Amino acid sequence: MELNRAAGEQSRNVNLLSKLRSRRFIGYWMVLPLVVLIIGLVVYPFFYSILLSFQNKAETKFVGLKNYQRLIRYGTFWLVVGNSFRFTLTAVFFKATLGLMLALILNNLPFKGQRIWRGVSLIPWVMPLALSSLGWWWIFEPTHSALDWVLVQLGSTPKPWLSNPFWARIGCIITNIWFGTPFFMIMYLAGLKSIPRSLYEVAEIDGARALQRFRYVTFPMLGKLIAITVMFSTIVTFANFDIVWILTHGGPRYTTHMFGTYAFNIGIETGHLPRGAAIALFMFPVLGISAFFILRNIARGET
Amino acid sequence: MAKKKITRRKFIKTVAAGGAAIAGATAIPSVSRKAYAQQPKLSIAMWNHWVPGATDAQKAVIDEWAKQNKVDVTADFIGPSATEMLTVASAEARAGTGHDIVVLTTFDGLFFKDKLEPMNDVVDYIQGKYGKFDEVSTYISHVDGTWITVPAPTGSHSYPMVTRMDMWKQYADIDVVDIFPADVGQRKASKVKKFTYSAFLKACEKVHKAGYPFAGPISECSDADDWLCPLFLSFGSVPVNEKGDITIESDGTLEALDYMQKLCEYMPKEIYGWNDASNNRWIISGKGSAIQNPPSAWAVAKRTRPDVAAQLWHHDTPRGPKGRYRGCLFMTYGLWKFSKNKKAAKDFIKWFLESAQQWKLLDAAQGYDMPQLKPLEAHPVWKEVGPPKGGQYNYIRRGDEHLVVGGYPAPAHIGVQIYRKYLIPVMTAKVTTGEMKPKEAMKWCAKELEEVM
Repeated sequence: MELNRAAGEQSRNVNLLSKLRSRRFIGYWMVLPLVVLIIGLVVYPFFYSILLSFQNKAETKFVGLKNYQRLIRYGTFWLVVGNSFRFTLTAVFFKATLGLMLALILNNLPFKGQRIWRGVSLIPWVMPLALSSLGWWWIFEPTHSALDWVLVQLGSTPKPWLSNPFWARIGCIITNIWFGTPFFMIMYLAGLKSIPRSLYEVAEIDGARALQRFRYVTFPMLGKLIAITVMFSTIVTFANFDIVWILTHGGPRYTTHMFGTYAFNIGIETGHLPRGAAIALFMFPVLGISAFFILRNIARGET
Repeated sequence: MAKKKITRRKFIKTVAAGGAAIAGATAIPSVSRKAYAQQPKLSIAMWNHWVPGATDAQKAVIDEWAKQNKVDVTADFIGPSATEMLTVASAEARAGTGHDIVVLTTFDGLFFKDKLEPMNDVVDYIQGKYGKFDEVSTYISHVDGTWITVPAPTGSHSYPMVTRMDMWKQYADIDVVDIFPADVGQRKASKVKKFTYSAFLKACEKVHKAGYPFAGPISECSDADDWLCPLFLSFGSVPVNEKGDITIESDGTLEALDYMQKLCEYMPKEIYGWNDASNNRWIISGKGSAIQNPPSAWAVAKRTRPDVAAQLWHHDTPRGPKGRYRGCLFMTYGLWKFSKNKKAAKDFIKWFLESAQQWKLLDAAQGYDMPQLKPLEAHPVWKEVGPPKGGQYNYIRRGDEHLVVGGYPAPAHIGVQIYRKYLIPVMTAKVTTGEMKPKEAMKWCAKELEEVM
């Protein structure tokens, strides 16, 4: 009897061990640290910020939607909304277009030279954004702008980079394009490499010219990738902080403030954390919709 | 040999004086060489001074106290960026753990007032020895009857005029050394009185014409607040009064905006994109003849353009119809309620702020740090440092100036909103760039203020 019980226990232990060692369980174990990190650094702060946004400044009282209501009545907030959309749409459009153009050029280079150029064109993307923003700040510096010097040498006039709302916005967008284009380029290049040569050969036999080959072969084959990269970049660009903070600090006259910088100004610098959280959460619908489309595209790609 | 006769009255007087002296010495406990039951650990976040050697001087002073009192002290130096300091303090306040003592810039103590230990006993000790802290320090640190932080000289600074003596003499016919000599006894009230904003405007027109304009930021940076808020106050423009009423829509504001429209004609257009380093670059480049800034511009010029540094004279700001105001930013020390070593922390702050220690630190900061206690203003550094010798003498308030932080005199929790949202610079920019009419801009500012109340 005793012997049977011991044998049963032993076989149960062996079963448990083998289960834990099974491929499925090892997979869970390996993912666990990442899940913990995501819960700690993304999920928890997200729900905490929702909770915060319903509180008063001293975080002692539940005020419902008051922080949101006050924001939407407020002119500066709508200026920030406009700035964020303007910045995101313009920057993403140029990043996608330039990225595609660069990818097409690189794809047509001889294989030997292609590696060097691919590496070089990735430099802006691998550099820390804060560092490259600082570099651009020196280029745009209001009083001693290097870019202005070049413009003057070329016979043009200096531009009021950073001190005029229009040019300050252009400056922020240029910096974002500089940083983000290589990401599009590398993604599209990978996409171009995966298009079967035979499709181009068939198109050539049918008499398609270069532009037609691009329109009827390349573009449709890259369609899904373009959609995913654009959506992904929209999320990152919309939530931008570093570039605006370093280049303009939201100025001149709040005309370059984005959701991220404005939330920091109100939440941290003026000490109204719940209002800052409410500003940041206004980004959520845009980011949520983008994420939904990305995930849907990926899921469709899998099926 | 004549003998001194000791009368009964003289004897009583002498004994009483001696007794009072002894009582005085013992009433204020000595904060050095404290013995603690167990060796405590103390963690301190101090300001990382940008003046070379000043942080090392802080380290040496802290080590001295640690050795004397057998306390295991860890000192971290954060900054010099104010944002970095605020971020560290915010994280520690929220997490309920971190340093025991934390350095906080001007208004930051307010954000954490419920999480900071009252420092009344520390302030009483310091004020008992050296007299009262100045008005600005009290405005910042004394909230609802409690000293939430202790004013700290290290890193505190103000925004005097920094003028190229040579250029202003040559092009504007103004001898700033003659008006503000390096000895307050030699000041002539009649000359100082004439240094008004209208005289300043005329001078700015002349130096602009000569190609060396005065400039100051009108943008989203603290340097912009630090020269514009005092300027507006000197015209009687008060954004929010002591009671918390919005008072920006006033004749004083209109006058100040009108003045700024005129002044902006003689300033470079890039000022709308300037940041906190732009003043320095402007004067050091040799393009400008005057700024309003702490002596950091001079210190950097001394390293990179000694010819420019030798011509820089720090002095009082111009006087407006309602007085002469100068901007300042003060540092403070806070002690977290979660600290497990409050006694040692308070003993340390008391000792650290004593004259003997501060004397060394003021020396190391080469005149940049600004004490909030009168006796420390007797330090010779501002008279000695140069060239030009005496160029920083008037960095310490010597005349009729009022030191203020942007947002004053509003209750400090509103003052911080005015300051950190850069409301005065943005309102000024809206008018001087033609985006709004003065009355529209005032209304805009009033609406912004309503939102922060």
